[in-house]
Amino acid sequence: MTGLPAFLLRRLLQAVVVLLVLAAVLYAVFYLAPGDAARLACGPKCSTAQVAQIRGQMGLDDPVYLQFWHFLQGIVGGHTYSTGTGSLHCPAPCLGQSYRTGELVTDLITQKLPATASLALGAMVLWLVIGVGTGLVSALRRGGITERLLTGFTLVGVATPVFITGILLLLVFCSWLQWLPYPSYVPFTDDPQQWAWNLLLPWLALALVEAAKYARLTRSSMLETLAEDHIRTFRAYGVGEAAVVRRHALRGALTPVIALSALDLGTMFGGALLTETLFGIPGLGQQLVQSVQLKDLPVVVGIVLVMGLAVVLANAVADVLYALADRRVVLA
Amino acid sequence: MTRPAEGGAGALAPAPPSGARQVWRRLRGRPAALAGGAVIVLLVLVALGAPLLAGIEGQDTTSYHADLVNSASGGVPRGTFGGISGSHWLGVEPGTGRDLFARLAYGARVSLGVAIAATVLQVLIGVAFGLAAGLGNRWVDGLLSRITDIFVVMPALILAIALLAVVPSGFPRPVLLTLVLGFIAWGGFAKIVRAQVLTQKSLDYVAASRLAGSSPWRTARRELLPALVAPVLTYAAVTLPTNIVSEAGLSFLGIGVTPPTPSWGQMLSSATTWYQADSAYVLLPAALLFVIVLAFTVFADGIRAALDPRAASRLRVGTRAGRRAGREAGAATGGGETA
Repeated sequence: MTGLPAFLLRRLLQAVVVLLVLAAVLYAVFYLAPGDAARLACGPKCSTAQVAQIRGQMGLDDPVYLQFWHFLQGIVGGHTYSTGTGSLHCPAPCLGQSYRTGELVTDLITQKLPATASLALGAMVLWLVIGVGTGLVSALRRGGITERLLTGFTLVGVATPVFITGILLLLVFCSWLQWLPYPSYVPFTDDPQQWAWNLLLPWLALALVEAAKYARLTRSSMLETLAEDHIRTFRAYGVGEAAVVRRHALRGALTPVIALSALDLGTMFGGALLTETLFGIPGLGQQLVQSVQLKDLPVVVGIVLVMGLAVVLANAVADVLYALADRRVVLA
Repeated sequence: MTRPAEGGAGALAPAPPSGARQVWRRLRGRPAALAGGAVIVLLVLVALGAPLLAGIEGQDTTSYHADLVNSASGGVPRGTFGGISGSHWLGVEPGTGRDLFARLAYGARVSLGVAIAATVLQVLIGVAFGLAAGLGNRWVDGLLSRITDIFVVMPALILAIALLAVVPSGFPRPVLLTLVLGFIAWGGFAKIVRAQVLTQKSLDYVAASRLAGSSPWRTARRELLPALVAPVLTYAAVTLPTNIVSEAGLSFLGIGVTPPTPSWGQMLSSATTWYQADSAYVLLPAALLFVIVLAFTVFADGIRAALDPRAASRLRVGTRAGRRAGREAGAATGGGETA
């Protein structure tokens, strides 16, 4: 089997292996860690007998490999928990139950996903507009002030971690100028205008850092495309420069940009941990940081698997986009 | 894989083994890299001399100065710009009144120390894996390369968070951070070294060494290791600022370095609750982190150009010639592996 199907199949297998290893490592790490999950789930007031009962219900008396195996079985076939009084069914991609709240991990993830998605998608729109815009301008007007500005912008963008950009934005726009309220997340379904208004700074914080990278990529990619033979041919035919750029060069130049966006979007769906924590956005990243601190293993493993899946899928999508847009690329 | 390869240039275009003197001569022609280097040297000196500097100031990192903060306003430092004065050169921490200059100077030890030590660890693991994979037979190479791939794809920050959360708090955090960063993020080094070894292995001088009867170990040490210096050094220069940011990010999330130990990321983390009342407290660690990462980025770019003049500069800063060369080489950085 060759070509696209073989490539996708190989990618999928690789993804499954990576995710399994990651889950196993997390299981091992938390299993070896001091602290008793049953005690955590039950609360400080529980008697030893109650804790023991809960441990039995949660399957914590089983050896760790058996627990891991049950976890994997749950993902494929679902799982039914007994809760003492009744039973709780966890349907097919079952990622278990929070030690702390007893909530199903899949439910928790679906709750947190909209905030993460809002952050990621909005930031991507911004960074594409800013990054591709500056990149194109500096590629088409070489040697001018724009090029020097871009160099500076790129350097600053590369050197500024997102949490510093974020704090500075908060400081300038909320504290000093007081143009914006301190962000607090409002779901899109509640009030679209407030949603955008409150997410503006987090979007900017992420976008400014990413835009530097995109500006550089767009610029170099555009210059490369403009130097190619087919562009020279179009020019020789007498096609105007504007038409050459718009109709012929853009497609080739933006291919790597689109592929990289897919990749980055995947990473962002994996939760912008730092941005979410700084701005208090109730998304997957913030939940992950909190659950890790609470040693809530099922939630941690569940979120990490979803994040890993997003990254791996995005990788595959990026490669396929490349291959579709540029026939010279061989998928391997 | 068609992902644009960062830092791939060093691996693909091996530099001829060049003397330190020659590298220095090339580096000298790049003022931006030199400025970056100077900033790095300065901050490393601050880190090394932290006890001395704090001694001159007459302060330490842990003493509370309740008289210097205004308890009525929740602990905002008295005086201008975070309470700067002759005895507290950069002001005091809101809430506690601990001296900021001393904390920043000692914080440099943690921030730079963790990053440098983690980079060294990554280099050691990566070079060992890469050498073994490049020199070993098909099975060894296959196994080691798969392991490396897993570490490359693994979301490093997330794994680091999990590991940091479960280790008991008694374990010294800076050491733990170094170990975690070092053992997670060595994949890039292994890949570069393996690629380099595979290229070099087929070259005549390595074959000559083998034919002359050298053992594989001797060949690796005498012929291959010198050829690895340039690409590994280049990649290390790029990785080091990443490690600084990782440490700062983890400490910022509250799972890296924890108070009372200062690091710039930890200080930034405590500053987030204070940025409305005391902006000086936020700006100091933020500015230091920005400056050190910028310095390393520019310096790394200079190192890359000095070690391998044939590769196009990534950022194209510094010399006019460098900029021109970059323009001509166009998209070496971003084009991906077309064709």
